[in-house]
Amino acid sequence: MAAWSNVLNATSVTNIVIAGLGGQGVLKASGIVADAAFRCGMDVKKAEVHGMSQRGGSVASDIRFGRMVLSPMVPPGEARFLVVISPDQVENNRWQLAPGGVLITPDQIDERKLKNRKSINVALLGVLSTHLEIPLDAWLAAINANLAERLRPVNLEAFQVGRDAARSSQ
Amino acid sequence: MNRSLLSGDEAVALGALHAGISIGAGYPGTPSTEILEAFAALGGRAQWSPNEKVALEVAIGAAYAGARSIVTMKHVGLNVAADPLFTVAYTGVTGALVVVSADDPGMASSQNEQDNRRYAVAAGIPMLEPSDSQEAYDFTRRAVELSELWQVPILLRLTTRVCHSMTIVEDSPPASAPAEPRYERDTRRRVMIPSNARPAHRRLREKLAAAALWNESSDLNRRVGESTELGIITSGISFVHAREAAPGVAILKLGLTYPLPVERIRAFAASVARAVVIEEGDPYLAESLRAQGITVEAKPEAFRFGELNVDRVRRILAGDHTPEPAPPPGKPPQLCPGCPHRVAFGALRDLGCIVAGDIGCYTLGVLPPFEALDTCVCMGASIGVGLGLRHALPPAEARKVVSVIGDSTFIHSGITGLVEAVYNRPATGHVVIILDNGTTAMTGLQEHPGTGRSLHHLPAGRVVIEDIVHSLGIEDVHVVDPWSSPDAFRNQVAHALEAGDVSVIIARRDCLLAAGRIKAYERAIARDGGLEQCVERD
Ligand SMILES: Cc1ncc(C[n+]2csc(CCOP(=O)(O)OP(=O)(O)O)c2C)c(N)n1
Ligand code: SF4
Repeated sequence: MAAWSNVLNATSVTNIVIAGLGGQGVLKASGIVADAAFRCGMDVKKAEVHGMSQRGGSVASDIRFGRMVLSPMVPPGEARFLVVISPDQVENNRWQLAPGGVLITPDQIDERKLKNRKSINVALLGVLSTHLEIPLDAWLAAINANLAERLRPVNLEAFQVGRDAARSSQ
Repeated sequence: MNRSLLSGDEAVALGALHAGISIGAGYPGTPSTEILEAFAALGGRAQWSPNEKVALEVAIGAAYAGARSIVTMKHVGLNVAADPLFTVAYTGVTGALVVVSADDPGMASSQNEQDNRRYAVAAGIPMLEPSDSQEAYDFTRRAVELSELWQVPILLRLTTRVCHSMTIVEDSPPASAPAEPRYERDTRRRVMIPSNARPAHRRLREKLAAAALWNESSDLNRRVGESTELGIITSGISFVHAREAAPGVAILKLGLTYPLPVERIRAFAASVARAVVIEEGDPYLAESLRAQGITVEAKPEAFRFGELNVDRVRRILAGDHTPEPAPPPGKPPQLCPGCPHRVAFGALRDLGCIVAGDIGCYTLGVLPPFEALDTCVCMGASIGVGLGLRHALPPAEARKVVSVIGDSTFIHSGITGLVEAVYNRPATGHVVIILDNGTTAMTGLQEHPGTGRSLHHLPAGRVVIEDIVHSLGIEDVHVVDPWSSPDAFRNQVAHALEAGDVSVIIARRDCLLAAGRIKAYERAIARDGGLEQCVERD
């Protein structure tokens, strides 16, 4: 694990951008990350633009956490992590990534292992979680708090699929 | 004291609840919509009105009765509500009235990026501008206190990034409830005939002068940093961008931005070698300060457009005039596959219509593969604009003009357009298509008077659109399901175009995204009046 990912001690801010298409659960995923960081006692901000109901347009959400966060928006080119749920959204979001930043995409996951393909957003959070020092129980609590009861088992499993995939490739 | 991670909208709702606000009214509009939804979820009394003007009027009435009320809308909603706004400033209020305007610099989901700080000045209404969710919570409560103190409405001006960003909020103990509402007659103050309105205007200016004096030493404005080199004057979301872009400089962060604490700003500007105003949108602060003889740097004109962010603030401070990199375009939104609006726009395209459009999901009919929308100005404009086109165009073209309007929009501001069609009927007649998808889809599937369900999705009075149309004396009215037969729908439109009458076609089919929920609401209502709703949001 890279040294700068030690978020709990860092004085700097960890910047994450999650991107995808409307209806893929971008905002749900960013809500889970923000909640997990919040549960660790960090300052957290999350920004996004939403409002259009229709499905299918580009959506992106910024999460920033650390000891003190000022702007809620990740400055251009300063994302340590870029999680892209839809493969066709990688190129138009790449500019957000900081030099040496980590790109997380669905091709890092064997989708056949997912009970429901819609939980790919949470599976990618499983990958992300292995780069961050947010304890597992904060992640699990955040997933439980942000999803309706009937959706929890599938998503908890997806999260684990993501963690395993990341571990086996590290 | 509770700590939670809330959006600005949710924080306003919590602040409203803790401030003892007993009624919230509004009309949906991004980015304000979630305020009333969250207020209702917290147990507050919230209701959607047919439009922003009515919502404000309801809130005014409640505040006249001594209650604390809040009204929420997006920036363009305040245009609709501007008429009562300007005069309630004169009458003042007995309880509290908080008017929330959620502006959308950068137009994430709007037809313009007007800067509603201008409304505070134009109407003479004190204005608070929070910069994060904590302040959204605190300032909502302060707005209630100041409204009661000064007996004026307060404008709580938010922007998209404040509304939709989540930041940590620590709440504080709820305020004590206001006195039980009871009616006290005060016609001199509340009936704005000229003889009453003239002194009322003077009273308003006296209140504003008192507010300005109060603001000079208010804790709503604060200085951060002691530098004597660079000083930034800012408010709202721009404050957090500026702090990040320029650590170590002095910042005067303004919370009550109308009436401005002019002397305090003058002293701040004099305390630094270089004073720069950082603000999104119009140069409201810079112009106001310069008019007072305070020397400040304003941003270059290029930064009037769009949102600010850390990078743009750095550019302003560095005097960097190089072109800004444009982020690569993303995928634009489209009508959902299976959206009933698709049938309507397929027909209008095939028939070669000139389409006066309106605002809603269906505005996307302008995009390929339809490209079947010719105008979109503001909510409700489709009918008036369509009639104007019919009046002005030569008959052969006039006969192709159709107005297309959604159900929520029709009730918001389309009805008077239809009255105009009856009253000043074009020689070629007119065709109005009302796309009734059973919801206010664009803003996230809110109820409206035509659905017969309240904001909480519980039974409410229902306004039947075809009954309204019939009641105007329009005889050629058809209710059709476009999805069941696209051909029949197209023929219906073609027939109406030929008839040369005033025809209304109501295309009724539930929004695909809403259909499941609508069924669940109706099932819950049939079961137990909707009290035990088990509709999950995902
Ligand atoms: C004055 C004003 N208020 C609110 C809005 C936000 N808004 C845009 S479209 C719309 C209504 C959409 O509902 P409807 O007409 O039923 O069309 P649908 O999206 O369901 O297709 C609203 C509330 C606005 N643009 N202008
Ligand atoms: S949300 Fe509903 S109305 Fe809007 S595009 Fe989708 S199906 Fe159509």
